[in-house]
Amino acid sequence: MANLSARRTATEGFEALGDPTRRAIFEKLAASPAAVGELAQGLPVSRPAVSQHLRVLEEAGLVSKTAEGTRRIYRIDPRGIGAMRAWLDDHWRAAMTAFARFAESELAKTELEREIEREKGEEK
Amino acid sequence: MTIAPVVVSVRVGAPPDRAFALFSRDMGRWWPHGMTIGAKPHAEIVVEPRSGGRWFERDEEGTETSWGKVLAWEPPGRLLLGWQLNSSFAYDPDFLTEVELTFVPDGAGGSTVTLEHRNLERFGADAEKVAASISQGWPRIIGRFEEFAGVPSAA
Repeated sequence: MANLSARRTATEGFEALGDPTRRAIFEKLAASPAAVGELAQGLPVSRPAVSQHLRVLEEAGLVSKTAEGTRRIYRIDPRGIGAMRAWLDDHWRAAMTAFARFAESELAKTELEREIEREKGEEK
Repeated sequence: MTIAPVVVSVRVGAPPDRAFALFSRDMGRWWPHGMTIGAKPHAEIVVEPRSGGRWFERDEEGTETSWGKVLAWEPPGRLLLGWQLNSSFAYDPDFLTEVELTFVPDGAGGSTVTLEHRNLERFGADAEKVAASISQGWPRIIGRFEEFAGVPSAA
């Protein structure tokens, strides 16, 4: 079920960037890779809070980390951004499949059934 | 720089004019539930039947949430929609990607309906706008995004 997980990742990506602090962290990392301490400087949040936000970004596939000596360096993970396209791909496939199914069911209906539905719709 | 568009084709038994109507007029009836952005489930999805019309969802209480607009209303063959949901799924009137639908007779009384969602690189530009204060870094990232997105998905 690769598609399902791609959708989850992309959705998480969208949600993860909805938070202003996380967006600020993401933007800083977009400019250059950095360690937690460097990220915390210039942000109005504590170091543990930055770590927490990084964890969310990491889980969303937007950020990855590598160890350099004792430091952990965070950077943007382009796979998370690519997941947005994968999500759209998946999204439209699901939508168009639903449309085709609907069109077929409508085609199978008699004119009388359609009329009844139209009347119901107008009453609403 | 462009990113490969999303293209999905389906065959339906209805001829183009009817398929066009079912797609646009009845969008709220076939659109998968939960795949909307309003706070409450959609009762209706409205594609106003004219170029320049609005494209939005409406919940049971009448609250409307915009998705975009109609760029070209050309039944029975073509419908061009402007998808104005940015990379955070928020409606942004300054953001626009195109979703084009074509309805082509299949020679057997039905039609082939093809959807193309293009200008996806603008999501990158949108992300770039989000990162307004950053001038370096993004071109590289977007380049890598293109690399990634350019690879056809393993369907």
